Amino acid sequence: MAAAAETAGTTTIHGDRVSLLRVLGPAHVWALGVGIVLVGEFTGWNFSADKGGTLAALIVCWVVGLLYTSVAMIDSEVTSTVAAAGGQYAQAKHIVGPLMAFNVALFLVFAYTMLEVSDAILLGDTIVAKAGVDGLTHNSFIAATIVVLAWLNYRGVLMTLNVNFVITAIAYVSIVILFFSVSPWTQGAVLKLNELVTPGNALPYGWIGVIAAFQFGIWYYLGIEGTTQAAEEVRSPARSLPYGTMAGMITLLIAAAMTWYVCASLMPWEYLGITPYPLWDAGKLTGSPLLENLLFIATLLAALASANGCINDAARAWFSLGRDRYLPSWFSAVHPRYRTPYRSILFLLPIALAFAFIADLNQAITFSILSGVLQYTFMSINIMMFRKKWPLGTIRRGYTHPFHPLPAIVLFCLCVVTFFAIFLGFGSQLIAMTIFYFLISLWFHFYRYKFVRRGDQFTMPWPKPQGY
Amino acid sequence: MWMALSYACWGISIVLALWMLYDWFKVDTAYSEDVLTSSREGELEAASEQHRI
Repeated sequence: MAAAAETAGTTTIHGDRVSLLRVLGPAHVWALGVGIVLVGEFTGWNFSADKGGTLAALIVCWVVGLLYTSVAMIDSEVTSTVAAAGGQYAQAKHIVGPLMAFNVALFLVFAYTMLEVSDAILLGDTIVAKAGVDGLTHNSFIAATIVVLAWLNYRGVLMTLNVNFVITAIAYVSIVILFFSVSPWTQGAVLKLNELVTPGNALPYGWIGVIAAFQFGIWYYLGIEGTTQAAEEVRSPARSLPYGTMAGMITLLIAAAMTWYVCASLMPWEYLGITPYPLWDAGKLTGSPLLENLLFIATLLAALASANGCINDAARAWFSLGRDRYLPSWFSAVHPRYRTPYRSILFLLPIALAFAFIADLNQAITFSILSGVLQYTFMSINIMMFRKKWPLGTIRRGYTHPFHPLPAIVLFCLCVVTFFAIFLGFGSQLIAMTIFYFLISLWFHFYRYKFVRRGDQFTMPWPKPQGY
Repeated sequence: MWMALSYACWGISIVLALWMLYDWFKVDTAYSEDVLTSSREGELEAASEQHRI
């Protein structure tokens, strides 16, 4: 190995192994989580108004906020203990077992790759809409988004998440500027909430509309759990991960509330529920060219930040599968100079490009949401098993979430409601994905698992679980 | 202007994709497979964050 290091000349390999680099802090964790999610405020959440009206969009904002607060609390506790790349995959491996872990890793890769595809399509469509030029298609912008961000991820995690921090912060500040520019404390001047949302149209489809709205309410916060993928690259996982994740969740709750308030006060629900650009449209409706252009740029930056974080997370989940031989170990290579999972990044690049060119936005988003909700359902079961097998006091935890088991129960119940909502809108996709995961589980159990080094995959130096 | 931007995007995408392929080839020929796949989960936890209650 020393010879190899000499051959490369400038490369230094620390110790006996080439590992991912521990260079990140809580701000990077925040940038990863909020960066992935914030695009949901710029498009996606508003389709819940189409399903159930403007008030339904507000109800799901808070109820789904509760779901994700539970996700963030549960995730923070488990990840501050199982600090490894792969995040929920590594958690599932140690707490539930290999088959669950394999499925969770696939949920992660699907959720993030499909979200990356959706972000790239959104960015391309936004530029084409702004340009209004005949013959201009979104393909070149999609290709540039995916390839440039893959290159950034290839070159190193620190620069990747520094960029994410800056562009996420600009996109977030644009929402705050919009909010304060429309005099939110005065109704009637710019905002007309009391005229646009009346007792007659607040819930046009009744309470079943509220249930149906859950499917798109997920967009307010989808992806905050992605912070855990940085576990092996943060300097102090036990401190940085809970801190960055919880700060991210608080940030998003504030952004979601501001976004709903401004958009609901400027657009009737019939329009709000179908526009692909609610915040950009809100900027236009203020009549200020400055705000319009600011929100256009912020929409692009939010899409970029989300795709960037998704590439980071999907590659680490894929890398972890290779490292445990759940997939060929070829995928577990780390770049000796940039210290990134470069083969996983390169492998997922053409897959994302292919989906972005052939899939439509609705299909990509639905597959992403479905994989995400499957993962959240797992998390509610996972935390119950974690607390049962290793009760408080038996292992060191960086963070202990309060009110256990209430968050797990709330999370599980809300996931069931969300599955029902998805079934109402995309029943065939839900069934197709369930069949896919069932078949791939059979492949893993009967074929692939024989290649796994069974003793090597469990790396946490924990005591035996209670009852074993 | 937008069409020029579109062509620039294709150009940048091709250049960066080729650079990544070149670097991939260079790394894979300079280092052995054992070195490149030597990362192990949890090794830092085991080495420098000793697990104590």
